[in-house]
Amino acid sequence: MAEEGVKLYGFWLSPFSRRVELALKIKGVEYEYIEEDLQNKSPELLQYNPIHKKVPVLIHNGKVIVESQVILEYIDETWKENPIMPQDPYERAIARFWAKFIDEKFFPSFRKAILGGETEVEKVIEETKENLKILEKVLEGKNFFGGERIGFVDIVANTIAYWVFLFQEAAEKEILTEEFPILCNWKDKYINHNIIKETLPPKDKSVSFFRARFAQSKASS
Amino acid sequence: MGKGDLKLLGTGVSPFVIRTRISLHLKSVEYEFIEEKLAAKSELLLKANPIHKKVPVLIHHDKPICESLIIVQYIDEVWSHGPSILPSDPYDRAVERFWAAYLDEKWFPSWKGVGLVHGEEAQKKIAGLKEGLVLLEEAFPKCSKGKPFFGGDQIGFLDISFGCFLGWARVGEIIHKVSLLDTTNTPHLAGWADRFYAHPAVKGVLPEPQALYDFLKPFIKPAPTN
Repeated sequence: MAEEGVKLYGFWLSPFSRRVELALKIKGVEYEYIEEDLQNKSPELLQYNPIHKKVPVLIHNGKVIVESQVILEYIDETWKENPIMPQDPYERAIARFWAKFIDEKFFPSFRKAILGGETEVEKVIEETKENLKILEKVLEGKNFFGGERIGFVDIVANTIAYWVFLFQEAAEKEILTEEFPILCNWKDKYINHNIIKETLPPKDKSVSFFRARFAQSKASS
Repeated sequence: MGKGDLKLLGTGVSPFVIRTRISLHLKSVEYEFIEEKLAAKSELLLKANPIHKKVPVLIHHDKPICESLIIVQYIDEVWSHGPSILPSDPYDRAVERFWAAYLDEKWFPSWKGVGLVHGEEAQKKIAGLKEGLVLLEEAFPKCSKGKPFFGGDQIGFLDISFGCFLGWARVGEIIHKVSLLDTTNTPHLAGWADRFYAHPAVKGVLPEPQALYDFLKPFIKPAPTN
C-alpha cells in the first residue's frame, strides 16, 4: 500500500540517499523516488534543503526532513515495524556513537587515504587502519553491528561495506583487505542480504564514475 | 540512586559540557562533576573516551557515554519521568536534531576561536557567527509556535543545544565590538536568550560572558598594529 506522500530525493551513487532507501525498504514503506542531477540541482531540492543543498531529502505528508541520520531516526520513529534502533537507552547511545564515528571520522579518513596525493598520506593510511581496527572490535562476536539483524549502524555503514570497495577498485589501491577478517566477513553477508542488495548501485557503472572523478581531481590539483 | 552512580567529566567553560549539565539539572538528577584539565587529561577520561579523548563524558553505572548530543538524548531517555527534552512528535524531533547537527557541524566550527583572532580572520568568523544567528532567528517562530522557547513552554533539545553557546558568542561580540544577537538584529533570539539565561536549569551552569572573557584573556594576543 502506498504510504500517503512519501518522496525521496536522491542520487543513484550517494550512499547517504541509498541509506534512506534501505530504511524505507526494511520498513516496507512505498515511496516515490526522484533522481537528482547533482551537477544541476533541481529548484525543489534547493528549496527543500537551502542550507546544505544536498541529497537525501525525505518528504512525508508535505514535511521535509534532511540529513541522512536524522532521516533514519525519523523513519524508525514513524514506522514502528522492524525497528532499526535498539530499545535500550545505553545501546541507542552506543549505536549513535558508532554511526557518528563512521560518518565523521572513518569515511573522511578513508577518502583522504585513498585519494592520496598528500604529503602525509602514510599517516592518513595508518589512521584509517586504526579506525578499521576499532570497527573490527565493535563487530567482534556479532552477526551485524545491530546484533542478530541489521540495525542503525549497519545502515550507516553502507559506506564501509560497499563504497569503500568501489573507491578501492577505482583508485587501484587497497586499505580494507583480508587484514580485517571480521569486517570482510560482515561485508560479504551485508552485500548479499536480500533487502540490502536491492539498494546497492551497479558496480561497474559506479567504479567507472569514480575512476573518472578521481582522474579529474588529480588533473586539477 | 546515589550520586556515585553518575559522574560527568568536563570543564566549566565547554559549551558541550554546559549542555549536558543543563540537561541533568532539568531532570533534577544528582551527579558528581569531575573537572578535567584538558592540558593534562585524567586516566579516567582517557579510559572512558579512548577514541576522542574529549569532554563531556557521562559515566553511568560505570558505563561511559560520549558525544554531547548523544549524552543529552541518553539523559532524556533514561530519566523519562522528568520534563521531556526532545519533543514527542517524530517530525519535531527531526527538526530539532537537524538544527543541533547544524550547530555542531557547521555553525560552531565557523566561528570557534573568534576571540583569539583579528583582522580578516576575525571578520570571517564573525560572518560565520552571524549566519547561524540569522537562520535560527528565522527558525524560532516555526519551532516555538508562539511559545517562549524553541521547545515550547519548556526548554528542550534545541534550546539546550544552542543556548550553551550564548556565553561564547557574547564574548566574541565584546572582543570585536559588534552586536549580532540583540533586539534590533535578532528580536526573537534576544528575548529567548534572556529567558534561557533565567531558566533555573541553566542558572549557575551557563557562565556569564564576563567569566568566560576572564578565562580567555590570558590566551588573547594583542591585535597587530601597523
